[in-house]
Formats: sequence, structure tokens, C-alpha cells
Amino acid sequence: MHLGVSESMRECEYSQISTRSSTPMETPYKKRTSRKRKWESFPGRSKFYCDGRIMMARQTGVFCLTLVLILVTSGLFFTFDCPFLALQLTTAIPVIGGVLFLFVLGTLLRTSFSDPGVLPRATPDEAADLERQIDVANGSTGYRPPPRTKEVVINGQTVKLKYCFTCKIFRPPRASHCSLCDNCVERFDHHCPWVGNCVGRRNYRFFYMFILSLSFLTIFIFAFVITHIILRSHRNGFLNALKDSPASVLEVVVCFFSVWSIVGLSGFHTYLISSNQTTNEDIKGSWSSKRGKDNYNPYSHGNIFTNCCSALCGPLPPSLIDRRGFIQSDTLQLAPPTNGITMYGATQSQQSHMCDQDQCIQSTKFVLQAATTPLLQQQTSEPVILTTSPENGGSLPGRTSLTLAGPCTSLPLGQPTPPPSTS
Amino acid sequence: MRQQTAIAAKVFIQRDYTNGTVCQFQTKFPSELETRIEKQQFEETVRTLNNLYAEAEKLGSQSYIEGCLACLTAYTIFLCMETHYEKVLKKIAKYIQEQNDKIYAPRGLLLTDPIERGLRVIEVTIFEDRSLTR
Repeated sequence: MHLGVSESMRECEYSQISTRSSTPMETPYKKRTSRKRKWESFPGRSKFYCDGRIMMARQTGVFCLTLVLILVTSGLFFTFDCPFLALQLTTAIPVIGGVLFLFVLGTLLRTSFSDPGVLPRATPDEAADLERQIDVANGSTGYRPPPRTKEVVINGQTVKLKYCFTCKIFRPPRASHCSLCDNCVERFDHHCPWVGNCVGRRNYRFFYMFILSLSFLTIFIFAFVITHIILRSHRNGFLNALKDSPASVLEVVVCFFSVWSIVGLSGFHTYLISSNQTTNEDIKGSWSSKRGKDNYNPYSHGNIFTNCCSALCGPLPPSLIDRRGFIQSDTLQLAPPTNGITMYGATQSQQSHMCDQDQCIQSTKFVLQAATTPLLQQQTSEPVILTTSPENGGSLPGRTSLTLAGPCTSLPLGQPTPPPSTS
Repeated sequence: MRQQTAIAAKVFIQRDYTNGTVCQFQTKFPSELETRIEKQQFEETVRTLNNLYAEAEKLGSQSYIEGCLACLTAYTIFLCMETHYEKVLKKIAKYIQEQNDKIYAPRGLLLTDPIERGLRVIEVTIFEDRSLTR
């Protein structure tokens, strides 16, 4: 039997299966030809720009304020203070200032525009599987059951994993659901309105670099503006100095108020990084010794150096949501997902090739058909109800409600995993 | 002309968090697969995947050098270079494809790359097996 199967496989000349192609789990679309990108049907409240390349929170007003403050203050510094300082002292001042400014801007934009580590929501199959497991554990009741938790022991500490009702997943440790963005984020630190995004696993290092470099920039500008005014005062007197360079007053005021908050924040985050905690955990006191004698942080590597290195120089995980991939639009025969949530798959590849995916899925099915069905087979067109079929000898315990509808014999209701086309 | 292969069931291998937030999957053999594949074989696959993910997230001199270099070039280096993590993910995709071709497809099973499920689960699709009557 095995020989026969492999022969038929060879005859059929199936092409290499690309397991990196996304399985079509998305909401059905009416037109075959519409090529929407996945970000357009993203279920959270995040906003996307530049065709999915940029991802931010919904409220970006405060981010614009941050940008304006930095640009205006730095602009005034370079225009009014730097010429004097470059002549009187050294040209290194505007150069260093320029480098700092560019670094601040770069890290700010990187923090604001990147995916903080959003966890994609569960596919309907996964959600159904989890629900089934929980019902079996609890004894199913008619109403919404109490908050579901799972306990895990991590490095000797008991950690509770909470079930997210929005995303329909058990949140990994250190993940949290951001109510502003309506997403579960990995290693959730906090939602920062100043950068207009959540700070999580993927952009924490950029956030830290941003506030650190901004501290240096603020102190730098503050120090040199004061120096500028002092130098001018020596020549013309204090009041005249202020009159000659009015922009300096504004800069000093902005920097003075910023320094306290930004430097304070940098210090706080330095402490968090060295102890490998998130702002969320610190605020809740999750690993504080006040909770108990045996309470300690299970994620800490033990020494400050390793903690810092892992937070700042560790491997950068890729985005788990495929913003720019194309939704499989070939879903004419699809039954809509029963829970009404827009689903999307996540692929590694940023350029999903529709034709290749069709071909790949087609070939996969082909291979499996060749492997599992006899060569001569009658086609049945009536619905096939999968209970414990006699052929399988009862190998499907508990799966009593999978119904395959009509001509779409491979489309169980509520499971949007259709083939792209019928053969 | 040929009938579409029907999906009989899906099994989800969940994440194993006992070592922290590192990406690892549970090696416990699900009962639904008992008749389809040998326990050893399946556990071997999951164990290899776990090792590959551990390699991707490993904190070593290579990742530190990459991180520092990236910071110094203001992360523009990733416009031309792939991160270490992405390289390993490609290896994983190839491994899964290989496993599917050689081991799982002939048994009517299909492994889905976990990256397509947000690294939450390994989805194993069980296809209806009509060849048992032979």
C-alpha cells in the first residue's frame, strides 16, 4: 500500500510545499480580485500608516506635541545659540548636538512606529479548542464562567496566566492587554501617550534609548544655552544678553521642566532594566519582597550586567502580526466565521504571493489526497457528518459536531480554512 | 474530479512556559494522534523545534555583537541584513516543510508553522483517512 501511494505521488509531480504561506483564515471577501492587506482588517484599535508599514495607537495628539517640542527647541538651539558657541568655544558643540538630536529623533520614531509585540488573536479553531478544554475542566455552565486562569511554575515561582476574553488566548507570562489599543502585547511595559504607542517587547530598547538620549540632549542644550547667556552677559550685561537672544529664554524654560521628568524617567527605567522588571510589574509589586519572603523575580538573570544586555542587546523578535501580507481573497465558498471576529493569519513573509499560496495549498491537498484516498473513489455530494466514523474506529473522541456542508466538502462550518479553488 | 481531502480535526500543541517566556512547546503527545503517528517521532519533531527556537532567542556573544552593531548604525543595518532570529525562523520553516513532506503528509497530517499562529500553538491538522479500508 505504501509503495502504491508513493508511486501515485511521483506521478502527480507535486510541487514543494511552502509552509510559510498563510493558511486562509480571514474574513471572506466578495470579490475574488480584491487584494486587501491584513492591516486593513486588523481587529485591534491600532492605526496604520504608509500601507501598513507604520503602526501607532489611536490617539497621536500627545506624540505630535512631543515631536514639536523636540524640533522647536533643537531648532532654536541650532539657529540662535550654536553660531555664537561655535565661534566662541568650539565647533564640536553643534556637531555633538546634531548627532544627539538625530539619535533622539531616530529612536523616537522607531519606538512610535514599530509593532510593540502585539499578539495576534486566536483563530476560531484555537478558540474553540480552548473553550472545549475549559468546559471539560469546569463543567460547562450556561453563563459566562468566572475569569479563567492557569498556573505555571517558572523558575520556582508560581505565575498565574490569565485568559484574555478579547483575544481568546491565555496570555503568556508578562503579557498584558492594553485597553487603549485593544491588543495583547508581549512583555507589556506601559502605554506611552508621549510616543503614541504601547511599549512592549519589541520596542522597549528603542524607548529606553530615546529617553536616555533625550536626557542627554536636554541637559546638553540646557548647559550650553546657559553658557551662551553667561558669555554674552560678560560682554554686554545680563539684560542685553537676554534681549539679543530671546529664543534662549524659551529653551531654558522648556529644558528646565523637561530635565526633571525625563532624567527621572531614565533613572527609573535603568533600575527596571537592571532588575529585569516591567513598569507594569513594578507598579503592581508583583515581585516585591513585601508580598512574601519567598517572592522573587523569576525572569531576572541574576546579575545586573546580563539583565541589561538581554534587554538592550538581546535578539530582536520579529513582528507576529503580518501587517503587509495579503488577505486570501479567494473565499467565495467560505462560510462566515461564527463568532463574528475578523481573523487573520500571521506569516513571516512580508510579500505573500497569492498564486504561490494557492498552488501550495492545492498541492498540499493533492499530496494528502494521494496519500489517503484510494485511486478509484466515488464522489459524494451530500453533507458528510463526521462523528466517530466506522473507518476510523472511533479515533475522534469528543468531535461530534463537525459538519461538512454541501458541495464544499472540505469546509466545516465555523472553520474558515477553505481550499482556494476546487479541482 | 478528485474529492477534496476533508479536515477531520485539528490538534493544538500549546506553549510550555515552565522556563519563562522563551518559546517552547509542550512535548506531551496528544491522544488524537495516537492512531496516526508514533509517539517517539512526534516528540522528536517538537523537541527539535524547541531547540531551534531556543537557538533563535539565545543570549550569547553573537546576539550581543549584533545588537550593539545595530544600535551603532541606528538600526539601519537591518535594511540589508536579516536578524539572527529571522534566519533561524527560516531554518524552522524549512524543517517543518521537510517534516511534512517526509513524515506527516504520508500519514494524513499537516503541521502548521507556529509563526503563522503568532507562536502560540503548533497546529496539527488531521485529514480524513479513507485508505484504512484497503
